[in-house]
Amino acid sequence: MNYHWNWGIFFEQIQGGEETYLDWLLTGFGWTVAVSISAWLIALLLGGLIGVLRTAPHRGLAFLATCHVEFYRNIPLLVQMFLWFFVVPELLPRELSLWVKQDMPAKEFVTAVLCLGLFTSARIAEQVRAGIQSLPRGQRMAGLAIGLTLPQTYRYVILPMAIRIIIPPLTSEFMNIFKNSAVAFAIGVMELTFQARQMQEDSEQGIETYLAVTLLYFICAFIANRGMAFIERRSRVPGFIVGAK
Amino acid sequence: MSMFDNFDFSVLAPSLPFLWSGLLFTAKLTLIAMAGGIFLGTLLALARLSAITPLALAATWYVNVMRSIPLLMVILWFFLVIPLITGQPMGAENSAILTFTAFEAAYYSEIMRAGIQSVPRGQVWAGQALGMNYRQTMSYIVLPQAFRNMLPVLLTQTIILFQDTSLVYAIGAKDLLKAAEVAGKNYNRPVEMYLFVALIYFVICFSLSRLVKHLQARIAIIR
Repeated sequence: MNYHWNWGIFFEQIQGGEETYLDWLLTGFGWTVAVSISAWLIALLLGGLIGVLRTAPHRGLAFLATCHVEFYRNIPLLVQMFLWFFVVPELLPRELSLWVKQDMPAKEFVTAVLCLGLFTSARIAEQVRAGIQSLPRGQRMAGLAIGLTLPQTYRYVILPMAIRIIIPPLTSEFMNIFKNSAVAFAIGVMELTFQARQMQEDSEQGIETYLAVTLLYFICAFIANRGMAFIERRSRVPGFIVGAK
Repeated sequence: MSMFDNFDFSVLAPSLPFLWSGLLFTAKLTLIAMAGGIFLGTLLALARLSAITPLALAATWYVNVMRSIPLLMVILWFFLVIPLITGQPMGAENSAILTFTAFEAAYYSEIMRAGIQSVPRGQVWAGQALGMNYRQTMSYIVLPQAFRNMLPVLLTQTIILFQDTSLVYAIGAKDLLKAAEVAGKNYNRPVEMYLFVALIYFVICFSLSRLVKHLQARIAIIR
């Protein structure tokens, strides 16, 4: 293997610029975190809502929720990115379409967050539904029997348990969102993978570049994992299934 | 007035042969990575469950590393490193096939590990009591059942694999998505092409997942 190693590359200035390559990677890291966290918030809210709707005793709502899930699960994420970036603006009314194409601030970032958030929301919805359905149906009946309305039963009886049950799969989903955010490079978000490709071409020190970027992704996954483990520990209910360890 | 007024779907027909060739590569990549991935994944699963500690550790390490890096980075890694090791350039298509086989092996191995562990321990003892060695116990008793138990999950993973192959876009391999992009550029109609290709992916994945569901109901072993 004939490779010229240069570990100092990160501190060298980019060709024709003030920044170092390390600056590029750190900017990329910042965008990766920003895209992932923002998308995660959308995914949690929407995914929770849709997961609940899928278990609701209302045919129409449940059907709409199922459509949402099937749509986002059966199209590759990269293709969805292109749909949001190129196709959706064309479907909007003329004025709005022009604004989105020409004046919208941080267009790439907003598109990526929206796309990744909706994509992940479909996966979270499935987990929320599974969590709700894993509870004995007596709990719902008991809630209704003591005079709670259906929304109250969800709020005070079903969801507090269901959410705790699905924390482990939510943890892997949270780690996934950092990995999936890499796809945003394709529409020009300057996140880690984008910077990795750029630095590799510019500096021709591919291995050092990719090692550093891979390490940064590891750090994301590790922090996401520890953070969720912390929440899991703190939210245990003593004496209950999830607290029984 | 409909919202598709600005669209011109007449460009789809002439680009069909081109899209078809892209779809063929996507299918080829999926099938090879599936076959190779399940084979290697089974070996990895056996290694993880083996009593030889270094072997188990190495397999665990491989699977965990693969599963914590974005697939896009793995694709870029292979594309960069293989030519450095072999000393000669490798086409994007071949690089993609190698990458996906190695990457999917990690995911299939987790499924096969669960499958192997789903077979009751007594069956292994029964095999040993009959005088079978490790290889015979595994290939005649444990693996066939593990495979059958996990078939729906393996197929679901393959549908995910089929969708993930679109990421070879990053190294420029000519798959379905790339074909759509090129056709979109040729006819100056990228929007219609992206919409059409999304529809193709959706129809294929949706039908396959229905089939898996159907299969799941049919092959489930009633215990």
